[in-house]
Amino acid sequence: MIEFRSVSKTFQRRAVLDDIALRLDPGARVALVGSNGAGKTTLIRCLLGEYVCRGEVRVDGVDPRQDRQGVLARIGFVPQLPPPLKIPVGELIHFSANVCKSDPARMEDIATRLGLNMDAIRTQPFVKLSGGQKQKLLIGIALGRDSDILVMDEPAANLDPESRKIFFDLLSERLDGTVMLMSSHRIDEIAALVNRVIELDRGKVVLDDHVADTVDPSAVQTCKLTLTRSEGALAKSLAEWGFTNGDGVHWTGTVAGPDRLRFLGMMSRYAGLIDSLELK
Amino acid sequence: MLKTLLHTAQLEFTESIRARWFLVYALVFGAVMVLLLVSGLTDSRVMGFTGLSRTLTTYIQICMAILPIFILITMVRSVAGDREAGVLEYMLALPVSLGAWYWGKLLGRYVIVFLPVFLAVVLAVIWAAVRGFDVPWVEFFFSTGLLVSLTWCFLGLGMLISTIAKTSDVAQGAAFTVWLVLLLFLDLILLGAMVREQMPPELVVGISLLNPMQVFRTASMLVFDPELILMGPAAHVILDALGRTGFLIYGFLYPAVFGTLCAAIGFVLFRRGDLQ
Repeated sequence: MIEFRSVSKTFQRRAVLDDIALRLDPGARVALVGSNGAGKTTLIRCLLGEYVCRGEVRVDGVDPRQDRQGVLARIGFVPQLPPPLKIPVGELIHFSANVCKSDPARMEDIATRLGLNMDAIRTQPFVKLSGGQKQKLLIGIALGRDSDILVMDEPAANLDPESRKIFFDLLSERLDGTVMLMSSHRIDEIAALVNRVIELDRGKVVLDDHVADTVDPSAVQTCKLTLTRSEGALAKSLAEWGFTNGDGVHWTGTVAGPDRLRFLGMMSRYAGLIDSLELK
Repeated sequence: MLKTLLHTAQLEFTESIRARWFLVYALVFGAVMVLLLVSGLTDSRVMGFTGLSRTLTTYIQICMAILPIFILITMVRSVAGDREAGVLEYMLALPVSLGAWYWGKLLGRYVIVFLPVFLAVVLAVIWAAVRGFDVPWVEFFFSTGLLVSLTWCFLGLGMLISTIAKTSDVAQGAAFTVWLVLLLFLDLILLGAMVREQMPPELVVGISLLNPMQVFRTASMLVFDPELILMGPAAHVILDALGRTGFLIYGFLYPAVFGTLCAAIGFVLFRRGDLQ
């Protein structure tokens, strides 16, 4: 579906992408990882037809530079940094729905599922929203339209655990035939969502691994946790994850399947306080 | 394509109307006109101008000095600023054709930039009607036409600079330099060169008429002063070559064509290079 053939890109004689050759077939859920300056964003921009590059980028044989509208009509995109747009949220949705030939209500529905109160923010300038609100809205715009390619740069970075759970649900509704390309600095952010990991380093592919595809993004696990004693900071973190407790020591809650690694990462900071932890 | 272009224009209009630069811009043009009206200029008589003609002449001359630099400085931030802020990355990832986006942006910005300038003139007409002055409608329409053309000219030029410049700082520096060069070529350098080099007046006037600011200035004078008495001997060259009607047509068409050409070159460069 998506092919990068010997793609190279230089900025002021510095190679940012160096002879990249990749093929992403339908159903591929790719984690594009690497440190800052590795070339992740440049690769995405080549796919979006925003950069002129050497080599060839093709989406089902079509060059994104030659047929921008045709290719971009198939791509839902969530950027890492939300654009500082001053237009009201309602107008941004209206504009996006118009150019994507979608229904604004569909985009709003996704944003609402992610926890946004659309009625409260519809007339607010987009730039005035919080980081999490912006992220939810951009996800709503990307997923609230017909597209078979999703390109997302740090898509869940600003989301709270509850919204992440819903976000994973939304992605799981699109598993069949959709190509997902998710860029992140940290593999643990998206590891459980993907079936392939591509690592870039200084413009080259240094790792291209297919990984076990056993985790259903919509799966939810029940967690029972017993602490040796009550602790304020941990209680706050657990409350953010939607956990409830009776006495500050015994906690119960749910964790989205793809979020297990992240949850355990958070818990590892309080390892000394854990008496028992059960995930089912 | 047309629908997307209009959507983009609307988006640019909505985006710009909330920007701080627009508030300052609208206030300046509104304040200039209000000052001209309340200062009693309409009642004064200078060099044969009186009533609303006097006010419009002064307003147009002020526009010539400040409108281009206002447009250039705000416009050049458009593409270069959007590129820096990541707006382009997001907006151009939507299925919008580059033509619809580029020209839609230009159209939206045109409306927002022209509106305060035009509304200030309308304010003057209303003031004149209330005070019982005759409204010189022919001059009013000619002046408005020239302002339409000048605004488009500098928007096109600004868009070209904005497309070429990699950062908004570079774009602003370039815009200021262009404006300064055009301003200097109004009189100072040309007159100096003419005296020193003893160049033929036709050549000097010809060069000056390539400067859209000079063309606007001369045409706006010609609207209210058919003999171009204010301009001195250079008027003979202009009126002999083109005549009053010919020059007024030139004064409207040349800046408009100049702006369109700049915008078109900007579009070609924009489409061929990195968008982000």
